[in-house]
Amino acid sequence: MEYFLQQLINGIALGSIYGLVAIGYTMVYGIIGMINFAHGDVFMVGGFLALIAFLALIAIGVTAVPLALFLVLLIAMILTALYGWAVERLAYRPLRGSFRLAPLISAIGMSIVLQNYVQLAQGARVKSLPPLIPGGYTIIDRGGFAVQLSYIQIIIVATTFTLMLIFSWLVSKTRLGRDMRACEQDLKMASLVGVNTDRTISLTFVIGAALAAVAGIMYLLYYGVVDFFIGFVAGVKAFTAAVLGGIGSLPGAMLGGLLIGLIETFWSAYFSVQYKDVAAFSILIVALIFLPTGILGRPEIEKV
Amino acid sequence: MIAPGEASGVTSHLDFAGALRDAALAALVSLGLFSLMLGLLSQSGPTGALTVTTRPALLFTAVTAIFAGRLFVALIVRSHAAYAFLNLLPSESGKLLEILGRFAGPALLMFALFMPFVFYSNRYLLDLGILVLTYVMLGWGLNIVVGLAGLLDLGYVAFYAVGAYSYALLAQTFGFSFWICLPLAGILAAFWGVMLGFPVLRLRGDYLAIVTLAFGEIIRIVLINWASLTGGPNGISGIPRPSFFGIPFTDTPQGFAATFRLEFSAVHRIVFLYYVILALALLTNFVTLRLRRLPIGRAWEALREDEIACRSLGINTTNTKLTAFATGAMFAGFAGSFFATRQGFISPESFVFMESALVLAIVVLGGMGSQLGVAVAALVMVGGFEFFRHFEQFRMLIFGGAMVAIMVWRPRGLVATRTPSIFLKEKKVIPAAIVEEARQ
Repeated sequence: MEYFLQQLINGIALGSIYGLVAIGYTMVYGIIGMINFAHGDVFMVGGFLALIAFLALIAIGVTAVPLALFLVLLIAMILTALYGWAVERLAYRPLRGSFRLAPLISAIGMSIVLQNYVQLAQGARVKSLPPLIPGGYTIIDRGGFAVQLSYIQIIIVATTFTLMLIFSWLVSKTRLGRDMRACEQDLKMASLVGVNTDRTISLTFVIGAALAAVAGIMYLLYYGVVDFFIGFVAGVKAFTAAVLGGIGSLPGAMLGGLLIGLIETFWSAYFSVQYKDVAAFSILIVALIFLPTGILGRPEIEKV
Repeated sequence: MIAPGEASGVTSHLDFAGALRDAALAALVSLGLFSLMLGLLSQSGPTGALTVTTRPALLFTAVTAIFAGRLFVALIVRSHAAYAFLNLLPSESGKLLEILGRFAGPALLMFALFMPFVFYSNRYLLDLGILVLTYVMLGWGLNIVVGLAGLLDLGYVAFYAVGAYSYALLAQTFGFSFWICLPLAGILAAFWGVMLGFPVLRLRGDYLAIVTLAFGEIIRIVLINWASLTGGPNGISGIPRPSFFGIPFTDTPQGFAATFRLEFSAVHRIVFLYYVILALALLTNFVTLRLRRLPIGRAWEALREDEIACRSLGINTTNTKLTAFATGAMFAGFAGSFFATRQGFISPESFVFMESALVLAIVVLGGMGSQLGVAVAALVMVGGFEFFRHFEQFRMLIFGGAMVAIMVWRPRGLVATRTPSIFLKEKKVIPAAIVEEARQ
């Protein structure tokens, strides 16, 4: 029971990270119907930028953890958003209206570029940080097994929750959100009624990248390590989460993220750690076969 | 058209101030992008903890390069003359390529046939030739799935891996020869293709892509972790080398050299391997061309163009997709077992996602569905990859950048036109511009 509870806590924390990345996939897919393959690598870039920003802040003497954390969050979000914008501008915008496979290939190319750029710029070795926010609460301590709820897990879940609230407000209440929903329904029609589609798509990428940056920071804080290759697997899992929740649906992305996080954690805890990725990928395949529109997705209408 | 001398004059059509502003903006953005990544380096300090060191020179160089590059693009490449030239290419290239294609195919084939004689003493070029042909074969195999049937497969390397491990395990466990294992490996790979394809082929294009990617990763993870069968991360070594239909390439009285009264040379085996992969690649090409004339091949191409129309005409789309998937997988299996016998050693390292991406890039760059385009693309990609071997570190960066640049420049690949396999009176080439978006 204690073991189960501990895994549940770990799973929710991990799932929150996947959920944040999944939002980027689901938004982009909703609007322009492409898998932004480079999104996982944008997440990785976010983690790296956070690491460097943190080290730089320490070097200039900002050592108070809350202040440093806030500044890191700000810097990493802004710069990663810039990466998101640049990726869209360079690799996807020239291909808008092109045939279906072209943006996907271009995205795979961009993913390779980002990975190798980071590897060249910062080296291939795993970078590790000492735990910044140690400690936590002990919920139950019985029979030698203590269920820990660490501060960092609380921060991850709380941040994710807050961001989700802000983001839902953004999509449902603001002008930008309305534009985004209009583009999602019909890109051509939206541009006909005066929505600046290019700008909306750019902003979608910017927001997705900023959320991925937060996920990258959380990952860095949670695991304490980052390397140039984390983006690939995390990206595929986050996409799985987006599909599982119903692609195009924001609550679905979050729900899917949590489910994937929980499944992965429980699989590692009760079955085998080596095959945890197989579990996540198998879920993807099973989900697509039996639930092609995802849990909260709308069924797709085929028009002839 | 602008004469070169006019470009700097007052009457120039070029908006110099605009270009400068553009370049300054690009430099500003790149300053933001590079500030932390290139401007700072995180390294383990003397105590083992990470510290940062500044790299102002590198940051300055990178930003300046972006500024200069952007200015160059704005002034030179975007100039009218260059623009006219670039715009000319796609419209004229169809006709040009048609003429070229008539000679390029046979010429390439002749070159491929005689290459081992011309470069007999150049071991490096022979090895490169084998590598290129392996990718030509993989490209042609994947072309059946992606180019003809229009199914996006991002896990093609899984079938390549199945073929390679099938050969390695069958040859080591049962002592089967290469020529027995080759069809078995193909059958096993096709079997796996059906296994995967059966449940997932109802999915739409992008979903299918991600599922096949997941499948490729599953296969790789299983290969790494099922150590008792596959040797885990260490892979399988000592895979039997191929023999010339039973005659080994050794320096013994029973060896190839002695049997044919030649002087022993290690190159014999390389040349033999070269011809094996050439034959396999040509077999793939031949089968594809013949299949395109059969009802099943026609169904594939119809499926690529419009799935709904296919279904309403009574084509069993699931079976059609399955055969495409299985056929493509079978050729990957052949290529895989060839890879295993050539290397003598295989490990999961050889079957990473990058391989799938490379093969897919070859197919798309070649212009999906075009056999010649795929061959040329394989030559360009793999050859280009080798060309940058001396810049080992930058190779992948350039490769990824090239993928993006090629897509932006020619989204439909080198050979963007389509030649119908069935026609009423005369064979007309369909230009890229009117090739309809495939509906999935």
